[in-house]
Amino acid sequence: MSSLPHIIRKEFTQISRNKVMIPLLFVMPIIQLIVLSYAADFEVKNLNLAVVDFDQSQSSRQLIQKFTASGYFTLVGNYTTTEGAMNAIERDQADLVLTFPLHMERHLLNRQGVEVQLLLNAVNNQKAGIASNYGQQVINAFNSELLSGISLPEGMKPITTDIRESYWYNAELDYKTFMVPGILAILVTMLTAFLSSINIIREREMGTIEQLNVTPITKSEFILGKIIPFWVIGMVVMSFGLVIARLLFGIGVAGSFVSLYAFVAIYLVAVLGLGILISTVTETQQQAMFITWFFMVIFLLLSGLFTPVDSIPQWAKALNLINPIKYFVEVMRSIMLKGSSFADIRTHFVIMTGFAIGFNLLAMMSYRKTTG
Amino acid sequence: MKQFLAFVKKEFRHIFRDRRTLLILFGMPVAQVMIFGFALNNEVENAGVVVYDMAGDYESTTLINHLDASSYFFVERMAHQVEDIEESFRQNKARLGIMIPADFGSKLLRGEQPAIKIVSDASDPNQAQVLTSYAKAIILTHVRDRAQIQVEMPIVQAVPRMIFNPELKAVYMFVPGVMGLILMLVSAMMTALTIAKEKELGTMELLLVSPLRSAHIIFGKVTPYWALSFLNALIIVLLGITVFDMPMNGSVFLLTLSCLLFSLCALALGIFISARANSQLTAMLVSMMGLLLPTILLSGFMFPIENMPMILQVISNIIPAKWFIILIKGLMIKGSGMDMLWMPMGVLVLITLVLSVAAIKNVKPRLES
Repeated sequence: MSSLPHIIRKEFTQISRNKVMIPLLFVMPIIQLIVLSYAADFEVKNLNLAVVDFDQSQSSRQLIQKFTASGYFTLVGNYTTTEGAMNAIERDQADLVLTFPLHMERHLLNRQGVEVQLLLNAVNNQKAGIASNYGQQVINAFNSELLSGISLPEGMKPITTDIRESYWYNAELDYKTFMVPGILAILVTMLTAFLSSINIIREREMGTIEQLNVTPITKSEFILGKIIPFWVIGMVVMSFGLVIARLLFGIGVAGSFVSLYAFVAIYLVAVLGLGILISTVTETQQQAMFITWFFMVIFLLLSGLFTPVDSIPQWAKALNLINPIKYFVEVMRSIMLKGSSFADIRTHFVIMTGFAIGFNLLAMMSYRKTTG
Repeated sequence: MKQFLAFVKKEFRHIFRDRRTLLILFGMPVAQVMIFGFALNNEVENAGVVVYDMAGDYESTTLINHLDASSYFFVERMAHQVEDIEESFRQNKARLGIMIPADFGSKLLRGEQPAIKIVSDASDPNQAQVLTSYAKAIILTHVRDRAQIQVEMPIVQAVPRMIFNPELKAVYMFVPGVMGLILMLVSAMMTALTIAKEKELGTMELLLVSPLRSAHIIFGKVTPYWALSFLNALIIVLLGITVFDMPMNGSVFLLTLSCLLFSLCALALGIFISARANSQLTAMLVSMMGLLLPTILLSGFMFPIENMPMILQVISNIIPAKWFIILIKGLMIKGSGMDMLWMPMGVLVLITLVLSVAAIKNVKPRLES
């Protein structure tokens, strides 16, 4: 193992010699963590409401007032025709349009049900669903006020239940709490995956691999020598990220630091092994980069970072079984937010160890010390 | 002009010689669009529920069956204590816990209000809220059905109508976003390496001593990739329409123009990165790490821009993918015309111009030591 320290030193020298690398490796991920965590927020507020009021009655005005008082809606326009309101939706000036029919109040006073129309801009399906829900809630509240003045027929009991909700681990329902561990996981993964996947192919393209090949270094020393420097960089960025999460976002590690770091340690070995494997089977840096990017984007978008993993189709769930990022994001969130113990996530550990061994064995096997 | 054409020809040769990269350039975006179009779903379905049923009577059992039968939930396990719910949360096996009190059935029939408790794993706040509201709706409907009140009531009923996307399909959100993401990154990465590679291999000197001007070098590099990017964009749009049933309500000409404009913008960004970077490695790190997450997060692909803090809303304006997504949604889904789309188009033109000028300025006529 005597040549191992030398090759590790060589890698570090190579990285620190390039003046742009240090800010790229350490500053860019941290800036992204800080900025992007604020960008991710599903909470829908400030929905722009337009109104078409054919009734012009006290009831309609009351209901509009209820909408604006709910805090979810801002009244942006009063239109006399449905076309005008539709146009506002197309221009993205309004998210939804509330239309009151003629004689609404008269029907209500006659104890008849009435229908008001909610037109929603559904290009964003999720937002439209939530907006419709909020609208429903406001109208329900309006209804119960209407009904409270009316007594039930003789002998009829009100059968209802009282539902209490509580939100664990994140009582304020702060989306940043959810995103910060996930984004940190992605940044550490991207950094280490790209660095390692381009590394060997770069030596080959520049011709410096020949110099390494003629040294007495063994294959496993070579792979280890490539992995260790990037592993250290990954760990350092990870630690920076955890400090930022604690200091800036107030998100500590609810579970054990040891489990968290143990998992990250194994995970980085797996990702670096995959990167080195890609590096040994490609012909140019460009190819290596595109292939890494391909896997990265697929793994990233299926990882559950942004969208729930429960609702993806079966075949995608099968694909997710070999998605390292999915396991990492899940572990980060479980340990940091829920305080999951080693026993809770032991399957994650077992699978990740399998990945680490598998990828590195493959990398070692596909690396040839001879050229041509 | 003759020199310029010769240069473009050289660049084309470079690209076509490397069959593997070419395959990657076309195969990967198609594979990605397919995977995401079919797999990405922002709806919440199939969530595990842990039920702690302290009543165990007819009323509670039918309620649990009701929950299990909905597409949103499946009963993951029956708990015997509150800790069981917590354990399932910690192991990521369930997202919701429902606690039914021992006197549930008896109270319900007596007309009193039994208290049901819903706890949720709010480490994902969005999912927790949505699931809680679904569970509430199911419980309330179940209880109301038991009550069988059938009296005409003077109530207001909301009739929601979804415009542009009546079935609330998630692909309407994801296909434009994935198009923007993939085109942006593929185009930017393709060119990001070109000049950096010439520098690294030492062939940049050859170009610099040739009579070609900086602008020629830039446009010569961009032209072949522009053709490739545009072809890529076309394939992705066709996939969106044929495979994912995206509508095409606007003008095909404007859509083509938008794709051309956006790929040019991404290529210009790539060239700019390439001209600044001192090696392929830096060019790659900047174009991949610097572009991937911002393009996903700040473009309105995943998260609504209007929800972001003011400063991020301002920053989002310089993300080209944001404008492209607006254009694609406007043209394909809403069928908007130029009267609505001149703004995003204009901004894209502006960004492209700025990037091109910056790129030309940064291709140095002389190499540094």
